[in-house]
Amino acid sequence: MHRISVTVNGTTREGEVEARTLLVHWLRDSLGLAGTPIGCDTSNCGACTVLMDGRSVKSCSVLAVQADGSEVTTIQGLANGEWHPVQKAFKECHALQCGYCTPGMITAAVDLLGENPDPTEEEIRHGLEGNLCRCTGYHNIVKAVELAAGEMREAAK
Amino acid sequence: MTVTDTENTGSTEPQLSPAGNPMGFGRMLRKEDVRFLRGHGHYVDDVQLPGMLYSAILRSPYAHARIVSIDTSAAEAHPKVRAVITGATLEGLNLAWMPTLSHDVQAVLATDKVRFQGQEVAFVVADDRYAARDALELIDVEYEPLPPVMDATKALDPDAAVIRTDIEGKSDNHIFDWEAGDAAACDEAFAGAEVVVEQDMLYPRVHPAPIETCGTVASMDPITGKLTVWSTNQAPHAHRTLYAIVAGIPEHKIQIISPDIGGGFGNKVGIYPGYVLAVVGSIVTGKPVKWVEDRSENLMATAFARDYHMKGRIAATKDGKILAVQVDVLADHGAFNGTAQPTKFPAGFFHIFTGSYDLQAAHCKVTGVYTNKAPGGVAYACSFRITEAVYLVERMVDVLAYELGVDAGELRMKNLLRPEQFPYTSKTGWEYDSGDYPRALRKAMEIAGYDELRKEQAEKRERGELMGIGISFFTEGVGAGPRKHMDILGLGMADGSELRVHPTGKAQLRVSCQTQGQGHETTFAQIVAHELGIPPEDVEVIHGDTDNTPFGLGTYGSRSTPVSGAAAAVVSRRVRDKARIVAAAALECSPDDLEWTQGRWSVKGDPEQGRTIQEIAMLSHGSLELPEGVEGHLDASVVYNPPNLTYPFGAYICVVDVDADTGKVHVRRFIAVDDCGNRINPMIVEGQIHGGLAEGVGMALMQAIAFDEDGNCLGGSFLDYLLPTALECPSWETGATVTPSPHHPLGAKGVGESATVGSPPAVVNAVIDALKPYGVRHADMPLTPCQVWLAMQGRPARTDLALT
Ligand code: FES
Ligand code: FES
Repeated sequence: MHRISVTVNGTTREGEVEARTLLVHWLRDSLGLAGTPIGCDTSNCGACTVLMDGRSVKSCSVLAVQADGSEVTTIQGLANGEWHPVQKAFKECHALQCGYCTPGMITAAVDLLGENPDPTEEEIRHGLEGNLCRCTGYHNIVKAVELAAGEMREAAK
Repeated sequence: MTVTDTENTGSTEPQLSPAGNPMGFGRMLRKEDVRFLRGHGHYVDDVQLPGMLYSAILRSPYAHARIVSIDTSAAEAHPKVRAVITGATLEGLNLAWMPTLSHDVQAVLATDKVRFQGQEVAFVVADDRYAARDALELIDVEYEPLPPVMDATKALDPDAAVIRTDIEGKSDNHIFDWEAGDAAACDEAFAGAEVVVEQDMLYPRVHPAPIETCGTVASMDPITGKLTVWSTNQAPHAHRTLYAIVAGIPEHKIQIISPDIGGGFGNKVGIYPGYVLAVVGSIVTGKPVKWVEDRSENLMATAFARDYHMKGRIAATKDGKILAVQVDVLADHGAFNGTAQPTKFPAGFFHIFTGSYDLQAAHCKVTGVYTNKAPGGVAYACSFRITEAVYLVERMVDVLAYELGVDAGELRMKNLLRPEQFPYTSKTGWEYDSGDYPRALRKAMEIAGYDELRKEQAEKRERGELMGIGISFFTEGVGAGPRKHMDILGLGMADGSELRVHPTGKAQLRVSCQTQGQGHETTFAQIVAHELGIPPEDVEVIHGDTDNTPFGLGTYGSRSTPVSGAAAAVVSRRVRDKARIVAAAALECSPDDLEWTQGRWSVKGDPEQGRTIQEIAMLSHGSLELPEGVEGHLDASVVYNPPNLTYPFGAYICVVDVDADTGKVHVRRFIAVDDCGNRINPMIVEGQIHGGLAEGVGMALMQAIAFDEDGNCLGGSFLDYLLPTALECPSWETGATVTPSPHHPLGAKGVGESATVGSPPAVVNAVIDALKPYGVRHADMPLTPCQVWLAMQGRPARTDLALT
């Protein structure tokens, strides 16, 4: 067992984990942060995406011990539980249906916009290529990211 | 881009509620998003109960093998293991086999043989997820491999291994023969036809693969004997009845809860062995037991879809009048016949394959066979196999256009049913309720700029570039269905609904259908708002809990709006009728003297004299004296038995570019004009269409579950079973026409599956059209770069088998 200490959604969380424990399982089962779901076992779907030290990672492909000492933000901690512009835009553009891909999709989009505040449609599609959605056909997700990008640029002015 | 027919949108602009929502139909942002967007959705794997145990299933590595022995002693000795269950354990409980939805049985855990790769062999319950998986490694199973039957076309060969040796006297792999239409009339039409074209085609096995896999948490209370099951399912009430039948637990002691469901698409209609095992696990350990499958298990062992080998024939005159369509199908049902469809329809609604055309005759013959593959067959947004039917007829029309050397759009226009022919009885017995097909096709061609596209294509062909334009026109039949024709396991397909208006005028609507992302909490509130004038934000939609909702058959086959939506409308009208009596008592007049304007009963000719629905709600709970026989309170219930299916339709056009060197297809544009009657929430309708279009691109170009000859599943992970990402999808261009259903109380039709049903042939037709310079007339899906390249070489592959 290994002792880890991770700042999760702004709070320091400590725990004992097996070396093989996946970050996503630690978040879900030990910390009760069920907002980050699991959709595959091959790192393909992106449902489990969280931010680790500000960058998006697939938390099913990170060991909990690798997260030791880092800062992790899940969908539940984005904008401190308030509404992040990307979350608002997803609602406004109807960019979700079953909602299962949504936490990962939003987290990936937040990272994308951090990198590139004014992406083209093509760049958005490339940026979200690692996140699968079975419900929306991506159209409204792309629109939502465009809308959020505009709002965030506006707010940054 | 969105274009809507302005001359007939089917609804007038509604007023807005205090919260700014439409007081009825129209674009309304979804209520459920508030929780989903912030990670507060509640899916099955999120359920945590005190003392809950975790479980895992050991699965067969073989497609066909005899089980010689199973040694579980090492697993049982694992310190964190609480129970190990095998087929032998279940035999003792008479639970080793369970009924399927198609009058067959399926092994819960294998006892005699394994019959497909990934089949359930043993079940472990342990303290945590990891320990349960560890223990699987400790179970020792000795198998004696048997020859697997992997090629459906050889399943009926005399020397094929018999898969279902468990069925007494079974000496082959035949399941059923079924036919529809008029064979003699069809033969006659073909004999006299100037042009007859034949084409073999495969609709390969695919998997719906919602991002949430299947899972369950079962909790049997040892004191009260009450079983509570949280599960990923699309039909909670049907599941409850099935658990009662399978496990012998009294039905009133079973509560099924479907919390939020992370996509279903048909994958979550049936009951899987894992669900039953979790129940057994909970009974055995006395603790709640969670079972959640991983992605490989989901792809390898839960309900697949399609797997139809079709031989189509189409007869026409020289100038392109289509006379008849005939088709023979070899249906691969896997190891157990577990297709989920109304009982009387072993091939689902496949016999709607006459599509959108005015024919003289039609006939189909379907033969179902067992193979050593996972069971299932009707899943994946297929509207009970209308997907296969539409693919068949829309490919045949293109094949005919190819042979006649005519434009595929013109050929369709010439043969589409005309508006004055509705209601139309098809040659296979369906009664299409309403439609204006030419208008939809014209509209799609307009949006696409069809003539311009053909011009561009001609220029590109000159330069040796491969561009294709594909059309598909589909007719769907959804909203199963009339009780006298349609049942599942003897349960008639009618849906209940209950509406209670509380004293302060806020309402709760209880429905039996089960959203998996369709947004019922929003649209069903809009239905009540439309009918009663209660703001949608004041209507709570309660669903997904059998203890708290009326009986009904669930959500699949695009049936929510046609059946449960109709129930919600009718129950609202019943409340409105009751409100009228209360209002009349309060106003001291006769109910006949009152008229309804949105949200209010008022005296005819004296509109000042009236009561709002909110006022009536308080009055009906108060001390107002009510007429004899009127009980007070403001509520009603209904069971809605649909008189017919609803028949949405649409015209789709796909534009592709194909790289001649690599065979890679790029979907450049996709135009979808859908007519689903009146749209309750156009935003949600469009969203569902977008999703279905992506599925269509996936099926046409990427997704297939093939097997090698040893029985290995070649699509058992997302590395092998490729789903479309944002990159493979274009920006969808949608349009609408509105032809209300004459028999649905809201004039609405189902739409959830229209795009999945209608889009694959548009994509395939486009790719084949692009390959015309190579003389390609047909190639089977998925049109991967490899398959396209092979087709260009004149030797397209069978996509259900491993490439050799
Ligand atoms: S769960 Fe699919 S990528 Fe992590
Ligand atoms: S909203 Fe259902 S998977 Fe994306």
